[in-house]
Amino acid sequence: MSEDRIRGAELAEAAVAGDRRALAKLLTAVENRTAIAEAAVRRLYPGAGSAHLVGITGAPGAGKSTLVAALIAEARLAGRTVAVVAVDPSSPITGGALLGDRVRMQAYATDDGVFIRSMASRGHAGGLAATSTSAATVLDAAGFDLVLLETVGTGQSEVEVAAAADTTVVLEAPDMGDEVQAIKAGLLEVADIVVVNKGDRPGAQRTAAQLRAMLTVTPAPRRAASSLGEGDDHPAPKRPEVLITTASTGDGVAALLAALDRHRAAGRDGLVDAARLARAEAQVWAIVSERLRDRFHGEASRPATESTLRAVAEHRLDPYTAADRLLASLVDPRTPA
Amino acid sequence: MTDRPIKVLIAKPGLDGHDRGAKVLARGLRDEGFEVVYTGLRQTPEMIVTAALQEDVDVVGLSILSGAHMTLLPRVTRLMHERGLDDVLVTAGGIIPDDDIPALQEAGVAAIFGPGTTIAEVAEYIRTHVRPTGA
Ligand code: B12
Ligand SMILES: Nc1nc2c(ncn2[C@@H]2O[C@H](COP(=O)(O)OP(=O)(O)OP(=O)(O)O)[C@@H](O)[C@H]2O)c(=O)[nH]1
Ligand SMILES: [Mg+2]
Repeated sequence: MSEDRIRGAELAEAAVAGDRRALAKLLTAVENRTAIAEAAVRRLYPGAGSAHLVGITGAPGAGKSTLVAALIAEARLAGRTVAVVAVDPSSPITGGALLGDRVRMQAYATDDGVFIRSMASRGHAGGLAATSTSAATVLDAAGFDLVLLETVGTGQSEVEVAAAADTTVVLEAPDMGDEVQAIKAGLLEVADIVVVNKGDRPGAQRTAAQLRAMLTVTPAPRRAASSLGEGDDHPAPKRPEVLITTASTGDGVAALLAALDRHRAAGRDGLVDAARLARAEAQVWAIVSERLRDRFHGEASRPATESTLRAVAEHRLDPYTAADRLLASLVDPRTPA
Repeated sequence: MTDRPIKVLIAKPGLDGHDRGAKVLARGLRDEGFEVVYTGLRQTPEMIVTAALQEDVDVVGLSILSGAHMTLLPRVTRLMHERGLDDVLVTAGGIIPDDDIPALQEAGVAAIFGPGTTIAEVAEYIRTHVRPTGA
């Protein structure tokens, strides 16, 4: 355990000092949720927080990876460093994954100011890997200015990215059909910026116009809100901008980068702060629940936990009382669970 | 943790447009439970090695049918050595004459698989020669 702590600290220090191999190893530890990763994140967290975390989501084939490559190009021109976490789905049956997003970004593979990491979702539903937020923290602490998170090609409910990012970009491809029903209400709700990509295709302008119209009739999006009450002084989120890009040529990408910067600047008025608060809450609760589960299934409490669960299964105890007893046993271990 | 999937990079060095084998292999290894990073066509040794480093793969698989294997593969292994990737298993496949195999093995390519290789053979070879690292 203390060996892990030392190794975690070593990797963290080396990664911050610019050692890319150490950074890559650390990301592996994060993906594997090892004690090394925990030690490293504890150490790195205070130094993270200055990167702009941007989530990029949208239907399969909409052009997310191509747009990430185009954003890398644009950000590098502006002298900024960029890290990418690109998530592809794991097979629920074999656990294997084909991580192909990188193909579109390889032109920047040898640029020292760019770091690209592919991650398999490993059974985590929601468009990201369970460890994507920690991976972003590590890349942030390693000094990258911009951290781009590409999600799995989303169906509809994968809105988790909004909690992981400061700014969420939802990508749509032009629709050849009559209406933009492809865009799902859930996804639009979390969009800070909506991008119609493949601007070179017919219908891009029309799709953008339809989206703008949709966004003016639907209520302003709720930002991935923290359940902590937000004060009345909290600014109402703005409706997302709708932009058109052609990721394959770079058209419109400078304007997108500018829009990202504007959204981030608006963070000073509270928008990004709300996203960060929601992220903090999601992260901490995830750890709390993991720790609680570990605790109740740990050697000392397992028999008591199991007999409580059995009592509920046999209807001798209701689930609320059971939960209250388990929680009470945390405070006072002598309380029978 | 040792039960995480083994991570493999499948790369095509040089100006070789034959990508059928690489794609067959990438999908086949995914179906065998590996996490496979595919980087596409026309990769320089520098691009391949940087990808291997950033992705922290356990295995680099080079697919080459162009005939340039004697110059490109040793360049990849040399660069890997320079970047400290000595613990990464290097395999190759494609059109590589038997006569060239000893020199390539000397250069650090652990095993070479020709036409007709089954996915199961490759998967088995990787599983018996790699121990994934927790970090
Ligand atoms: C199909 C084919 C093409 C297709 C390619 C389509 C594509 N997108 O892949 C097309 C028509 C485009 C093509 C073009 C050319 N081809 Co061609 N082509 C072939 C052919 C007939 C089959 C290749 C193939 O797809 N096999 C099926 C796949 C599944 O098998 P595989 O690639 O060998 O992969 C298997 C194993 O090798 C192994 N493997 C492969 N890679 C790896 C990697 C790892 C890590 C591992 C573990 C295993 C492994 O596992 C795979 C599964 O079994 C071969 C001849 C042959 N019999 O191999 C010639 C061949 C490869 N082509 C050849 C040539 C010369 C050309 C051209 C230069 C012809 C020309 N003058 O225009 C062009 C060059 C194109 C380019 N840009 O590079 C020569 C190469 C000669 C050489 N190396 O000395 C060959 C050998 C034909 C010959 N006998 O002359 N070709
Ligand atoms: N015409 C046109 N094609 C594009 C554009 N952007 C991307 N494409 C093409 O669209 C296809 C899919 O692009 P990707 O970038 O891989 O899409 P993706 O959203 O990352 O796909 P997944 O990760 O598989 O969900 C590729 O063939 C790209 O070349 C664009 O602006 N115009
Ligand atoms: Mg993609």
